[in-house]
Amino acid sequence: MQQAMSAAERVAQEDLVLFINACFACTGQSEFYGASERQSVSIRFVHEYILGNYRRLYARTLSAGVNHFNQALIIQNLLRMGAPRDPQQRREEGQLILAALLGLPPQRVYHLFRDLRQLRCNNRRTRAVMAAYLARRPDLHFDAVKYRAHVRAVAAHAHLRLPGEVGAFVFIGAKQRGGYTTPLFESVRRAHYAADAVYDLPYSIAQGFARKHRIPQDVFLSRIAGRLTGSEALRLLDTAERVGATGIDVDLSRAPLTKLCLYLLDRPLSERRERALEFVAALRGSTQRAIARSGRNQRLGRVIAILDRSYSASGSEEKRRRPLAVALAASQILRAVASDYRAIWTPGLPDIVGTASENSGDAAPDPGPERELLASAQGQTALGEPLLSALSAQPDLIVIVSDGFENDPQGACETIVRLFRQHLDRKRAISIVHANPVFDSDRLMPRSLGPSIATLGLRDAEDLLTMIGFARFADGSAPLSELEQYLEARVPRLLRRLTRPDRSVAESDPGTAASAGAAEVRS
Amino acid sequence: MKVTTGLLQTLSLQGLVPAPPQQCGAVRLLPLLRSQVRDDLRLSLRRYGEAIGMVALEGEPDSLRADRGIVPGLKYIGYVPHGLVVSYSEDGSPVAALGTQLHSQGDARADGHAAARCVRLLHRMVKREGERTLRLLPMHLAMEGLLSLHFGGPDIAWSEYSRRAIRYGLDPRSESAVPGRAIANLEEALRVFEIHDAQCGVMICVADALASIFVVPNPSDYRALHRSLIEDFYGELIAQYSQQYRSVLSLGRSESSLPVPRSVADLRRWLSDERAHWADVGQVLAGGFLGRGLRAERLYRMGPFVLQRFVTSLQISDENHIGEAIVREDGTVEYMKSFRLSDKQVKRAYLLQVLAAHHWNLDAAAASQRQTRDQWVERLRNAGFEYLLSDAVLRAARKRSG
Repeated sequence: MQQAMSAAERVAQEDLVLFINACFACTGQSEFYGASERQSVSIRFVHEYILGNYRRLYARTLSAGVNHFNQALIIQNLLRMGAPRDPQQRREEGQLILAALLGLPPQRVYHLFRDLRQLRCNNRRTRAVMAAYLARRPDLHFDAVKYRAHVRAVAAHAHLRLPGEVGAFVFIGAKQRGGYTTPLFESVRRAHYAADAVYDLPYSIAQGFARKHRIPQDVFLSRIAGRLTGSEALRLLDTAERVGATGIDVDLSRAPLTKLCLYLLDRPLSERRERALEFVAALRGSTQRAIARSGRNQRLGRVIAILDRSYSASGSEEKRRRPLAVALAASQILRAVASDYRAIWTPGLPDIVGTASENSGDAAPDPGPERELLASAQGQTALGEPLLSALSAQPDLIVIVSDGFENDPQGACETIVRLFRQHLDRKRAISIVHANPVFDSDRLMPRSLGPSIATLGLRDAEDLLTMIGFARFADGSAPLSELEQYLEARVPRLLRRLTRPDRSVAESDPGTAASAGAAEVRS
Repeated sequence: MKVTTGLLQTLSLQGLVPAPPQQCGAVRLLPLLRSQVRDDLRLSLRRYGEAIGMVALEGEPDSLRADRGIVPGLKYIGYVPHGLVVSYSEDGSPVAALGTQLHSQGDARADGHAAARCVRLLHRMVKREGERTLRLLPMHLAMEGLLSLHFGGPDIAWSEYSRRAIRYGLDPRSESAVPGRAIANLEEALRVFEIHDAQCGVMICVADALASIFVVPNPSDYRALHRSLIEDFYGELIAQYSQQYRSVLSLGRSESSLPVPRSVADLRRWLSDERAHWADVGQVLAGGFLGRGLRAERLYRMGPFVLQRFVTSLQISDENHIGEAIVREDGTVEYMKSFRLSDKQVKRAYLLQVLAAHHWNLDAAAASQRQTRDQWVERLRNAGFEYLLSDAVLRAARKRSG
């Protein structure tokens, strides 16, 4: 601890770190060791506690890069509480909310709006936010088709007058006399009667019509291929192959990294061996895009990652193999940004040829993505030996990706790091970070390996670099003021979204409920 | 380990090393790792649709045919959700574990449709099925051994015993056990358990009492059989412990054992000490069982292997286990499953032993326990052996003790 903190400050600092950490990892879904109900009760409690005590920081957490589930939950809680009295805080909060909403996937935003409606949250601010969001949608016609029930619910809830034919479409639909002049709406109307019109619609909508018109699956998939979104195409690859549809062509390297890893780990082992070259190229491409998107061209020095592929990395029914996929993805990112990188998997990875082999020796080389692709979730969690061989190599940074349930033996990691720091590395020349893809509902945070190791939640490996930046707060060594500064500094970056040139309604401010940009859709 | 004619006399986990335990609530599972694995004996699981099985212990197999029906003879009825199929070779050449689907016709079933309400008919606890395959009913082998202890009843027709005891012996004799699902946290513990690569067995401890040791010859057999542990049955004591204790203390070494490291190599040494410590913990937890004298009974000999069941000394003051094992010629335990007896079960077995040792003479047995005849009769009655004694004896004892 470089600087003495008052007790109150320390509590506040710990609370916030716990909260942000939970926000990186928790999604309210079940985990290997915990059921989903407990998760959602647990995370809701943390949210309400932080909102009640540290409202300003709570809102600013939106800019910390926490996951979508928690961003939506923060926005929901802020809107339910009504606007704060201080005009400056109100303004900042309003902007943060809108900026965060624009960054969320639309289905999640509409889901959030539906929840607000069910909670009967209908204050001025909520209505203004809904209006402002719809006004900024790049293609409201498309939304009206794909999320018709949601758009209708939002319009009714916030008393909005929707522009052009959108209102008529969402409220009357196909029964509109005389049809629509908007081509997309007209296609929907025609799709009720003509099988041909189905192919102009987004896939999820067309699917229902295809069933109605009894279009064979192979014909349907072949003709709709052009309209599939990236993740739809990825999901349908297998189906297409099975029914013999053609034309679905996925550029794997354009898939988001963690999603790609999930997909690759889902392939049978034999296929992973046969298509190794293609898969590795896809991993490379996707990694580069992930790093570019994170906007951080920081280079890390010499890095060693310890990646846990024990049986618990198989995840749960809802998050199958997610911890394993996060470890695989994190390894790709670190390999790309580190000047010198080595991955140590525990238990050791199988050989390319198929025989099991341990890579526990100190000098074992980096397995490389070809072998990492063969990872499966099996075996015990032995972190002690890998950590020792990492320490003896003296890198700049050690990243441990594990769910924190160490059992061979329990607590070895913590003791090793503590003794190492006390006696061999007083200057903390080696940073050690534990990234945990799993939220532990009992502790309200990702499970830690011990007090000596900073633990951070990591849902998507894409956030890894952001998270490493946040790591110095997690072990409690940085004072509260620095954490506040850190969050404050990230706020403008998030707000940049509001002033992008293609968005004409930059001056909109839902915080004050009177915005010129939203007027178009407001009643 | 001392072995004569292939029978176990004491038990040790030779060739098996306990790894650090994995804990869930009060349930602690200790993996047992085998350093040297041979492939000439394999086990596989055969799942029975019905929970209840009736085993014909002697005579011809029971049949569903109307002209034969249930054959008279000694029967064993119990909770038999699965059997194990053993395949072996005599010359040490590797064998494959049998698929469970291929060989499921071996045993007859009393009813074709309603699996939940019918009984499976099985012939013998251990049955040869092919040239080098054997079907056995795990745990029931040992349990049957316990039940059949002095099953014949008095060997001299003393007038103190009931006519039923003289004529039929202890028949029907029963003991109860608890299915794995009734043990709190066991199912969760088995679900989240992370199986080691070289794992060939597990020690199940509940509130640090040893519930069972399970050993198989091969790691892949273990993987296949791990989930079947929840279907096995365990001692009543274990179930009680699992309800009473929420968690168990950590058995790690104290802070004072931590070294002051001068290099990473010192830390490495500390870690290997830590592993040695956990192996010792395994030995300590099984201390009431390992190294104790056993009485073993040979059931089947297959090439270099001997299938046997065993029971510990049955002293009331100690913890007692029954079990079954397949032991190689050189003394390696290839297969083992054990069951912790509750105190009541031990007491019953002990009383029968004392009686048998004194040729069922009540006075001599009572004297050997430094008890009066009435106290001894009371003790037998409390243990549930009332049905063995004649009414006159019971009445007289009750009258005198007031």
